[in-house]
Amino acid sequence: MLSDIVETTPIDANGVRLETLPAFGRLNFRGRGAAVSAMGEAFGLALPQEACRAAISGSRAALWLGPDEWLLLLMLPSDTDAVIAAAATSLAGQPHSLVDISERQYALGLSGRQAATVLAGGNPLDFDLRAFPVGMCTRTVMGKAELAIWRTEPDRFHIEVWRSFAPYIRGFLREHMREFGA
Amino acid sequence: MLIIPCPHCGPRPELEFRYGGQAHIARPVDPSPLTDQEWASFLYSRDNERGIHAERWRHIHGCARFFNVVRDTTTDQILASYKTGEARPEGV
Ligand SMILES: [Zn+2]
Repeated sequence: MLSDIVETTPIDANGVRLETLPAFGRLNFRGRGAAVSAMGEAFGLALPQEACRAAISGSRAALWLGPDEWLLLLMLPSDTDAVIAAAATSLAGQPHSLVDISERQYALGLSGRQAATVLAGGNPLDFDLRAFPVGMCTRTVMGKAELAIWRTEPDRFHIEVWRSFAPYIRGFLREHMREFGA
Repeated sequence: MLIIPCPHCGPRPELEFRYGGQAHIARPVDPSPLTDQEWASFLYSRDNERGIHAERWRHIHGCARFFNVVRDTTTDQILASYKTGEARPEGV
């Protein structure tokens, strides 16, 4: 259970909220050329080609992580096996890697008008909307731990954290939320 | 902190990167006829430039790809950044 290794209760402060998002299905896809469009067909959503951008359709999202690497998120985790089965057909004979990493990570939601300020407490990227617009996603670091940050709304971030890093990152963000009364 | 331009992701903070040593060192296609001296040279001998140096970096906490950078080791100014497999740009 996730709650065995990390607190999952939301943390509220003035203008910012940190919460644990519901379970997602997660697939890490690596491939090039025709394999990328074949994966898009199996997933029902064309994988974004632009660097550091996410695409959403219905209950699914595809996040560009590298020039041949994507994180596929399924808001309905029970769909994951069906996508893997569809990929086995559409990608037959094409070199690629598709790994179920649903349990490797968990997702935090950071929202509110101070959300970007809290993130900036542990990361030097520019979170101004002009530099980090809605739909942008990237792997980066928070303090000493790696994570992926995806801006889903102007004041809302979806954060993907490896489970063993979860207590550290949650604590790190909470520390910066103290500035706003957490 | 250095701002390093990743050829895939654009300018990013240094702490997302790892240094990967001198660039454009090709592994000998057929190592067996090489002398120990030549093999040791491939493995261990590197330039130690005071000035313009082509080197590998890895955007490990970003797109995770290796790429090449031309950097002035005296000023840390980065003169070029290009994808692995591409030739060093002319003039830098
Ligand atoms: Zn990159």
